[in-house]
Amino acid sequence: MYYIDPHIHMVSRTTDDYETLAKMGCVALSEPAFWAGFDRGSAESFRDYFRQLTEVEPKRAAQYGIQHFTWLCINAKEAENVTLSREVIALIPDFLDCPNVLGIGEIGLNKNTKNEATIFAEHLELAVKYEQQILIHTPHLEDKYQGTRMILDMLCDDSRIDRSRVLVDHVEEHTVRHVLEEGFWAGMTLYPVTKCTPQRACDIIEMYGPERLMANSAGDWGPSKPTAIPDLILEMRRRGHPESLIRKVVYENAIEFFSQSQGFNFKAPDANETAASS
Amino acid sequence: MPIPMTSNQVLNREFFEIRAKILQLAASFDRLNRADGSVDGDPRLSLVHEALAVLASTQEDRAEQIQLLFSRQYEDDWREKFDLASTE
Ligand SMILES: [Zn+2]
Repeated sequence: MYYIDPHIHMVSRTTDDYETLAKMGCVALSEPAFWAGFDRGSAESFRDYFRQLTEVEPKRAAQYGIQHFTWLCINAKEAENVTLSREVIALIPDFLDCPNVLGIGEIGLNKNTKNEATIFAEHLELAVKYEQQILIHTPHLEDKYQGTRMILDMLCDDSRIDRSRVLVDHVEEHTVRHVLEEGFWAGMTLYPVTKCTPQRACDIIEMYGPERLMANSAGDWGPSKPTAIPDLILEMRRRGHPESLIRKVVYENAIEFFSQSQGFNFKAPDANETAASS
Repeated sequence: MPIPMTSNQVLNREFFEIRAKILQLAASFDRLNRADGSVDGDPRLSLVHEALAVLASTQEDRAEQIQLLFSRQYEDDWREKFDLASTE
């Protein structure tokens, strides 16, 4: 089955991982800008990172027939440095017309501080000004519930935000309902120990239905599994869910959501065959 | 959306997994006891005991309740505390 990973950090993965993803059926992925595992010293360091996301990774992915898309921002962790954050936000418009850019992300909160909330709001201004889609990181562990509610407060207070163009990621049992009920898209991250397992993700799909719900691996430099989506596909099959439902969650939903971005020039691998046979 | 398995099928599939996870927990608690020192006053341990009580209950949203148990509180006046204006 073809699938799309809507949240994975390929700058931290090897070329062998691209090959494995391709063999498992991954045909496209989206890579939000995130924390590198250390705080960067200057805005110029982010300019280079944005070049990596818009120039280097698409080429690396294309070698394995994977289409690479990306999102730009300064992540919530480094957003604690307000001065640096404003410098980075100022250089993002230079990259918004790059052909693989889908929007602003992954913005969000980390420890739910005032500085993080300030920079989150400034990213929202940027997204509104340039009519960009938004991808949101919600905090980990004990901070997730509070941070998710704070993020929803900020989004819902702003009538300029089109909720159908916003993806709130890393939802779990206690946050998914809030996100979906407010009309946003929700992403479940299949991540060892600190986030969701394929089994629990499958439970959430059964409890809330497949509308506006996606799954991702968030594969990065930490303990993570870039092939987590095939694990979810297998779990759904083992429970007896129909292929059409699985395909909606791991493929069609991503296409529906990303298609609202100008930068999503996705070509389905079977597009020509479908056109020829119809 | 229903789960396309009967409860009997779920139990057949997951019985050994549930058993293994309970044993993991039991061994963790035994290990805590065997180790030197005491964590009796540690608030994390009280949380763990509260979570075990939720686990042993029959309510339908145990995963969600346990998530909330391990979560910091949300207060809707957080913006006033941060002195941040809402956009409305
Ligand atoms: Zn991420």
